[in-house]
Amino acid sequence: MRDVSIIGIGQTPVGEHWDLGLRHLGYQALRQAMQDASVDYADALYVGNMLSGETSGQAHLGALIADFAGLRGIEAVKVEAACASAAAAFRQAYIGVASGLQDVVIAVGVEKMTDDVGSTLTAGLASAADADYEVIHGLSFVALNALLMQRYMYEYNVTREDFAGFALNAHANGVFNPNARFQKPITHDSFMKATMIADPITLLDASPMADGAAAVILCPTEQAREFTDKAIQIRGSAVATDSLSVHDRRDPLWLQAAEISSKKALHQANIAPTDLDFFELHDAFTIMAALSLESCGFVERGKGTWPAKDGQIALDGKLPITTRGGLKARGHPVGATGLYQIVEAVQQLRGTAGENQVPNARLGMTQNIGGSGATIITHILENNN
Amino acid sequence: MSTQIARHWRLNSQRYQLVGEVCPNCSGKIFPPRDVCPHCADKERQPDYQFSGKGEVYSHSTVYKVPEGYEEAAPYTVALVKLDEGPLVTAQLTDVANEAVNIGMPVEMVTRKLKTQGDEGLIVYGYKFRPQMVAS
Ligand SMILES: [Zn+2]
Repeated sequence: MRDVSIIGIGQTPVGEHWDLGLRHLGYQALRQAMQDASVDYADALYVGNMLSGETSGQAHLGALIADFAGLRGIEAVKVEAACASAAAAFRQAYIGVASGLQDVVIAVGVEKMTDDVGSTLTAGLASAADADYEVIHGLSFVALNALLMQRYMYEYNVTREDFAGFALNAHANGVFNPNARFQKPITHDSFMKATMIADPITLLDASPMADGAAAVILCPTEQAREFTDKAIQIRGSAVATDSLSVHDRRDPLWLQAAEISSKKALHQANIAPTDLDFFELHDAFTIMAALSLESCGFVERGKGTWPAKDGQIALDGKLPITTRGGLKARGHPVGATGLYQIVEAVQQLRGTAGENQVPNARLGMTQNIGGSGATIITHILENNN
Repeated sequence: MSTQIARHWRLNSQRYQLVGEVCPNCSGKIFPPRDVCPHCADKERQPDYQFSGKGEVYSHSTVYKVPEGYEEAAPYTVALVKLDEGPLVTAQLTDVANEAVNIGMPVEMVTRKLKTQGDEGLIVYGYKFRPQMVAS
């Protein structure tokens, strides 16, 4: 196994790109990343995407984007793992390079959600859950998360208000991210009064859908210096799965795949959670942020909302999270999100996160969650230049 | 658009009667049916098991923004129901006001219309849960 580093990053703004289709979005991020890495070729391309078949009538994104990017002929496939598709594509790129089979590899995540924001999109997103035993009963993806949040509030005697800090922190950080879908802060009052979607989840507990694409270039660490002096090394990479449906989990309030994948990644990096300078977690809903903090071992069970209440998760806190707005404010173009997290972590580790910079960030963790916890992918990145 | 008749037909016994399985190795009750026991990973063919249909609300949510095909009953309450025999199932609650639902409420299974689907109006029936009529 070879050490692997990230030598280039690219991203489009997250938002409504009515003028751009999948191929254009994907290419914009990919081109930026190739320019950033000063490479003009690649051995392989892995495309993370969830919904192209449903929202754009387009499958086969590997060949489509490779061709559109002028890379016709290279190995290219789409990788799908619901909302964790982009981290899954990144993981495939990592495996390709680490194994020695490929040298320069591109991972791009791309999603197009604003062409059809009605029932097609809702149904597409719900397809991350169990079609025969969850979705058929009229559950949207939001409703599944609402069932978790309701039970969580009951079991640990917390209220919706206890989750407010996650949304406020994300929006406060989104203000300074020029690529974020929302660049305005929200108030505690607006959080409390937000429109209910599926009780107890409101519009301000949930991340917004959007179009977007993000990309990175990987190569063996020992070759990285030939391309750049700002390479960021991948110190941990792990994927774990759980039952697709919430009702089949041994313990619905425990993200077992988060525990397994974070333990593996931390073990590979030979570090403890307390060594991390920041954590880009998957705050698709405020409840997911709390569950993720617990399952990864940052806080005790039942205390997942505590860090959101005393400034621990702010940029200057003990454990900064969603440092560039997270899914909540940056936006959640589902099959691209995992690579936005990676790109943002690289910015933090390069020291180029601007107003969002975490002081002296050397070690960061990212975690991308597919469905309501069925696929969870954790990566640890380090600036060891 | 296809109405996917076979896709729903093959699930009739679990949808209409809450028929699951019992593991011959660990005696764990299984719903929905599986080929490999989720408790002990046993791969023997599991015999059918008729669930009583009784349980209690483990969690619930009233859904205001509902998927296509479910507008008729909106807003409605969905739940995770903990069956007396062990497994959790996901279903809608019925015959109860949304605000009256709480965790721990005893419920029982009934068969109702789940949705109307496709151009030909295929109606998909299946289990929902209502408050238990008689204390068990
Ligand atoms: Zn068994």
